[in-house]
Amino acid sequence: MNAIGVVCRKEIVDNVRDRRTMFSTLAFGPLFAPLMFVAMIQLVVNQAISSAEQRLSVPIVGIESAGNLEAFLAARGIDADLDHEITDLDSAARAVVDGVHGFVVVIEDTFADNFGSDRPARVTVVFDRSDSRNGERVQRVQSELRAWSERIGALRLLARGVSPTVVRPIIVDSYDLSTPTGRSALMLGILTYFLLFAVLMGGMYLAIDTTAGERERKSLEPLLTTPVSRTSLLLGKVSATTVFMLASLALTLIGFGIATPYLPLDELGMSSGFTAATAIYAFLLLAPFSVLGAFMMTLVASFTKSYKEAQTWLGLLLLVPTLPVAIATILNVEPSQALMWVPSMSQHLLITTLIKQEPVDWLMVVQSVASTLIYAGLIALVTIRLYKREALLG
Amino acid sequence: MIEVSALTKFFGEIRALDGVSFAAERGRITGLLGPNGAGKSTCLRILSTVMNADGGRATIDGIDVAADPLAVRRRFGVLPHGAGLYPQLTAVENIRYYGDLHGIGRETLNARIAALVERLDLSAIANRRAKGFSQGERTKVALARALVNEPDYLLLDEPTSGLDVMATRDLRLWLTELKRRGCCILLSSHVMQEIAALTDEIVVIAHGRLAARGTPAALRHEFACDDLEQVFVDAVMRADST
Repeated sequence: MNAIGVVCRKEIVDNVRDRRTMFSTLAFGPLFAPLMFVAMIQLVVNQAISSAEQRLSVPIVGIESAGNLEAFLAARGIDADLDHEITDLDSAARAVVDGVHGFVVVIEDTFADNFGSDRPARVTVVFDRSDSRNGERVQRVQSELRAWSERIGALRLLARGVSPTVVRPIIVDSYDLSTPTGRSALMLGILTYFLLFAVLMGGMYLAIDTTAGERERKSLEPLLTTPVSRTSLLLGKVSATTVFMLASLALTLIGFGIATPYLPLDELGMSSGFTAATAIYAFLLLAPFSVLGAFMMTLVASFTKSYKEAQTWLGLLLLVPTLPVAIATILNVEPSQALMWVPSMSQHLLITTLIKQEPVDWLMVVQSVASTLIYAGLIALVTIRLYKREALLG
Repeated sequence: MIEVSALTKFFGEIRALDGVSFAAERGRITGLLGPNGAGKSTCLRILSTVMNADGGRATIDGIDVAADPLAVRRRFGVLPHGAGLYPQLTAVENIRYYGDLHGIGRETLNARIAALVERLDLSAIANRRAKGFSQGERTKVALARALVNEPDYLLLDEPTSGLDVMATRDLRLWLTELKRRGCCILLSSHVMQEIAALTDEIVVIAHGRLAARGTPAALRHEFACDDLEQVFVDAVMRADST
């Protein structure tokens, strides 16, 4: 036990003095991850707000004959762009296909006649559905055109002494029950990805330095001649890696705690469920994952022949835990007891539940912690076996 | 006493050691001599319990190295080839780490480190990080590290490689001093002059097999030649032809 402590302390002191290790542990996770996160959310929010508020300028062919409509659209932030050479439907289609204009509104020549004699007048929106950049703008123009049509229809009915409600047998209403925190959960769900990344990144250089690095420096062989069992040496090294992972995780959580109040979530009608208590729960949930990560990284690094090779493999290993998280996010997976056996996914689901401020099933928490520690134990056994082989010296 | 009998080791198809037997006594310096790739390092690695033999037996004070490696390691100081130090730790921290791993108490360890720093003339670099050390400084610190448990047995693999004349001379003086205190020293080298200047007993290994063994005088007599270098060449050639 004492020897494990000696090895752990030495590895920590040794790596605290290494600038590269400290950079990846203290700077990457805790500093860059929250900054990147805030920048990402800011971008999403800005885009959502700007497309709803911006004034639109759309080429509208034949707007001269529909002064009433022009005034209606202008009041709703849609201006007719007069700087174009489009004359009919064909040239409008060509302009859209060639990309001269995102989309064009064409009012038919007979608009004034039809409109005056109460016949339906045709207004065509020419657009390309596969062009996602204009999707929202097209929808906005279409819904304003529909609104104008409904208003004119209602006025005509009133002029004939008929109540406009006659032609509205039902009213479709939406009643959105999602809570503000529930809505922000999707975005904050990316948070677990950053947290898992910070855990692994925090210990990556230690996992390499204590195994492949030690061999490359030729300090492994004399170390193996000290009267300490290889198992104790290994456990000491993995403990040091775990300590660095936990430090990186704690600092990253603090970083997020500082950064989330600056997120413009209110502007989207959302609120943040990321409190000090959430941070502490997230730390406790991810602590077993760091033990698993430390053993996994040490195992992989022990197989490699050099520092560089270890870096390559561990770089790939960093991506592995993100896969279950990606699947959970894309498929919108609900937490279940079976999924608590999938490391990284179980942590992701539980932390997301916390952020949504939904009730946490404590049995699932126990399952997540237990299963992660069981996997860590199994990988530990494999690593210990590997450490007892002669080939360890390379 | 170190006793090696019929030691055999394979690396895949290659027979690195093929039934080597010799003994090394306390208070003597025994030199393992042989061309590159003869099996010297393999032999030392088996003795230092880093590797296991495929056949034969090696004992220290009657303890089988394979049966009780921890007991063997407590009696040993080892200076492997390359002598890797931790570049981010100071000279003293490098030595202290091994002292801690040997479970030496704080006060005893402090006293020992102070004595080693004094004796190996390390005071100028004692609190500097090992990052920028010269080969000579690295070897000195690694030697201090190997001696921190006051071992009865000292194994050195090519200890003088990369050392300049002064450092080599210093190393010889320290080894002689350790020998006088009853330490059993086993060192490997491929440089005949070095072995001749230092050792009481020579063990010549070639192609994993014992080529010759005895005191320098006995070997000169056996090969009827005064020049030890010629003795070495003759011994290796004789081993080649059998």
